[in-house]
Amino acid sequence: MSERHGRRKVATRSRSGAAGPRPRPGDPRLTPELVADHGLLPEEYERIREILGRDPAYTELGIFSAMWSEHCGYKNSRRLLRLLPTQAPWVIQGPGENAGVIDIGEGFALAFKIESHNHPSAVEPYQGAATGVGGILRDVFTMGARPIAILDSLRFGDLDDPRVRYLFSGVVKGIGDYGNCVGIPNVGGEVYFDRGYVGNPVVNAMCIGVLKQDELIRAEAAGVGNTVMAVGSRTGRDGIHGATFASAELGEDSEHSRPQVQVGDPFTEKLLLEATLELIRGEHVVGIQDMGAAGLTSSASEMAARAGTGLDIDVAKVPVREPAMSPYEILLSESQERMLVIARKGDEAKVRRILEKWELGAAEIGTVTDDAVFRVRENGVVVAEIPVLPLVKGCPTYEREGFESEEVLRARAADLSGLEHPETDGEVADAFLALLGSPTIASKGWVYEQYDSTVRTGTVIGPGGDAGVFRIRGHPGAVAATTDCNGRYVYLHPRRGTMIAAAEAARNLVCVGALPVAVTNNLNFGNPLKPEIYYQFREAVIGLAEACRIFETPVTGGNVSFYNEYEGRAIYPTPVIGMVGLVERADHVVRHTFASPGDAIVLLGENRDELGGSEYLYRLHAQVAGEPPAVDLMGERELQRLMLALVRERLLLSAHDCSEGGLAVCLAESAMYDPEAPLGVEVTLNDPLPPAPLLFGESQGRIAVSCAPEDAQRVLGRAERYGVPARRIGSVGPPGAPFRIRTHTAILEVNGETLARVYYGATPGLMQRPAVAAAAAGG
Amino acid sequence: MTRVAVITFPGSNCDYDCYKALQAIPGVEPVFLWHRETALGDMDAVILPGGFSYGDYLRPGAIARMSPLMAAVERFAADGGPVLGICNGFQILCEAGLLPGALLRNRTMRFISRPVILRVENADTLFTSDYANGQLLRMPIAHADGNYHADGATLDRLEAEGGVVFRYADRHGQLTDAANPNGAARHIAGIMNSAGNVLGMMPHPERAVEPVLGSSDGLGVFTSLIRHLRGATVA
Repeated sequence: MSERHGRRKVATRSRSGAAGPRPRPGDPRLTPELVADHGLLPEEYERIREILGRDPAYTELGIFSAMWSEHCGYKNSRRLLRLLPTQAPWVIQGPGENAGVIDIGEGFALAFKIESHNHPSAVEPYQGAATGVGGILRDVFTMGARPIAILDSLRFGDLDDPRVRYLFSGVVKGIGDYGNCVGIPNVGGEVYFDRGYVGNPVVNAMCIGVLKQDELIRAEAAGVGNTVMAVGSRTGRDGIHGATFASAELGEDSEHSRPQVQVGDPFTEKLLLEATLELIRGEHVVGIQDMGAAGLTSSASEMAARAGTGLDIDVAKVPVREPAMSPYEILLSESQERMLVIARKGDEAKVRRILEKWELGAAEIGTVTDDAVFRVRENGVVVAEIPVLPLVKGCPTYEREGFESEEVLRARAADLSGLEHPETDGEVADAFLALLGSPTIASKGWVYEQYDSTVRTGTVIGPGGDAGVFRIRGHPGAVAATTDCNGRYVYLHPRRGTMIAAAEAARNLVCVGALPVAVTNNLNFGNPLKPEIYYQFREAVIGLAEACRIFETPVTGGNVSFYNEYEGRAIYPTPVIGMVGLVERADHVVRHTFASPGDAIVLLGENRDELGGSEYLYRLHAQVAGEPPAVDLMGERELQRLMLALVRERLLLSAHDCSEGGLAVCLAESAMYDPEAPLGVEVTLNDPLPPAPLLFGESQGRIAVSCAPEDAQRVLGRAERYGVPARRIGSVGPPGAPFRIRTHTAILEVNGETLARVYYGATPGLMQRPAVAAAAAGG
Repeated sequence: MTRVAVITFPGSNCDYDCYKALQAIPGVEPVFLWHRETALGDMDAVILPGGFSYGDYLRPGAIARMSPLMAAVERFAADGGPVLGICNGFQILCEAGLLPGALLRNRTMRFISRPVILRVENADTLFTSDYANGQLLRMPIAHADGNYHADGATLDRLEAEGGVVFRYADRHGQLTDAANPNGAARHIAGIMNSAGNVLGMMPHPERAVEPVLGSSDGLGVFTSLIRHLRGATVA
């Protein structure tokens, strides 16, 4: 009672509050233009005045604008995100923390999250992508978890554009150099190439960490009197207000025209990682948060908000890189590899000793208080004094108007009946090879061979499979993870497209033998103030919510990235689903490649006449049109259950999800375990469909599995029990035998050597052509 | 107990993997040593693990070789103690002058992470006695600077005294250009000093020690070493 009373008293005092902080010499005067430059609407500014009971000081304006930015405040997404299911008995930590945490048994837990770095990567692909990896690693290890796997979900324009090649190679190198140096294996992800992403790539990185459940630490500034410490790199002027300003609004004088993109230092990150885990294991700290977007401001105020406390910090005590930095700059810098640590009172020296061992700086910059106020001083003089809860939780949220655009309605309803499809054997083979060599489908070896995928000796299935699988030492099982989203489907039908993304993620997990258990998501969209974008966003969230409910995969966190537009045109809506699953036994996983000649190939699911939104239409007819494939979430659920039953009975020798490029591509990929000696394939499809939809259609709910010939009948029997359509479609042939699929009108036949040359050679061939940072050269 | 030091530099990231590979061998006690130590203590062998010591800043291994503990490692090697450097550890050994030559940037100018095939060129060493000459081993590489380089005379001398221990080969044991991932001189993947007690190799044997990891072919490097140490102890 008295504590609550005390808090209220302080709040009242600051409200009637004399005049608040005295104006600081050199700070600009507050004008409506300055408020607008900070991305705040007039009514939002009024709300700030109400909260403070006075006009804000300049520093306070900066703090509010960062915390109430889309990035930190989720203004336009928060209401809809409430629709997502977040609960399950195995969820230890849902959304709202640095990362979500789930129980995986045997005393272990997983912490995982996905984040975007699209905008910085569009400007400076190498550092943009590298710092994206750095941020997501910190989100995971600040929970007390050791990062054990990275996945990356990437979208670019078409590779025949030299600037796209520049962005693509820079992003891949940035992700690789950062993760390789820190020593975290990259186990999977996806890459799509489509004009829809030209100029605005999507760069999402997901990290998964493991911890003992009793080592979990939350980002809370708990314990009045505890010490606030700034740890890691010094604070510079880089990235100030990255969370608020669009890059176009940067000033022109030299100090402000520094690249908005921060520079990553993976070596310091590695030291921070080891030091952080040592601090947590030593129980010297009560909470840690990365100084990520909005830097010191967001980490300090969010940690206080979670604990219901206040913080009193002095920016003059923060180690800086350059002299004469203002409180505004120190509070809003986004310099990388920094963390805010709440140390137990009396343990400061121990904290400092551990950090010194790792050659890291640490400074005591303040204390935890009981008045629920975020108070910032400069050499003792108060420069900001803001009640924590309204600052962190009081950001106005909006539900916007949304309706479907004419453009999408037209594209979906487009008449595709006039298209000429391949009919003869030769035409079918040509179309197939064009698809197989499409960079979206072809081997991603050029990408993942730049990523260390085997460090930490946990990787059971690395990149290139349906899902990455890695073991946990001391746990009999293993963890599987995947990221998925076909933005074309989402563009054409946002709700269904998002359901498909979740369904495909789950299918990828069951293909390796993992039970899907939880989701993190990265919602990459255009400008939400445009009704057609808001519509996409709303529909996508509704679709995701429904799929996650049916699959029993709660959403434990994620990220929203709006304003992904280039020259006024939005990217395809791209809600990337990061899904994790559990494999019962690490020594029993299923791979996507056929095992031996003579094995039976069984198709689970049905081939339908669905070419809408397909890679075939894009690559061979330059169309993004039509109805994307139908998805039956209950049917998917039964397919998942069937797969897990088949895995448990050890009936499967391989399993591969059928996705972009359709069944023909799926079977070809399964044949190519060994690029130097692909296995033959002899398949007959008796469906009454023309070759194009039959071979290249992307109907959902299909998995091509293989098994010993004597087990085929049992596999079919299990499928019948689960109500999943299934039939034996053929056999695996010996190395050197052709890849052959007979349909009722044409025969697709390609020799194995051609298959491998096209599949493995496509992207390296394109990337031998020069890359140009054209836009950078012009500006 | 056979005690093997695994040295951790700031930025090492395969120290834990080496530790675990050693720990799985009965009778072996791996010991992490921090690079700031000045003495090795009672160790039977030393491993310099892979990673990015000091972020590979300046040059891979160039700063780590200045670490206080490296002076002790150099004395240990001079006295005949076995020292194994893997990946960044190999780079540090070259920088420290314990092995000849240098590791240049891969010829693709890119980091390369993938399984390779090694041909055992000298099975008569304390690191390879559990293999046979010409045996093919599958294990991963993961490096940006693994392109071994030395002058012709040094390469000739290495070859003459059996100092070339592993070469990159294809699945048939042939030294094709395509089988050489990084452009290393004469396909060299691992070398040994004249005295036969210091081995450096770019591929990662510690990542190929269990079937669940896709290969157990790297185990022989560790078991050979331990067998040698036990023999030495008995004698």
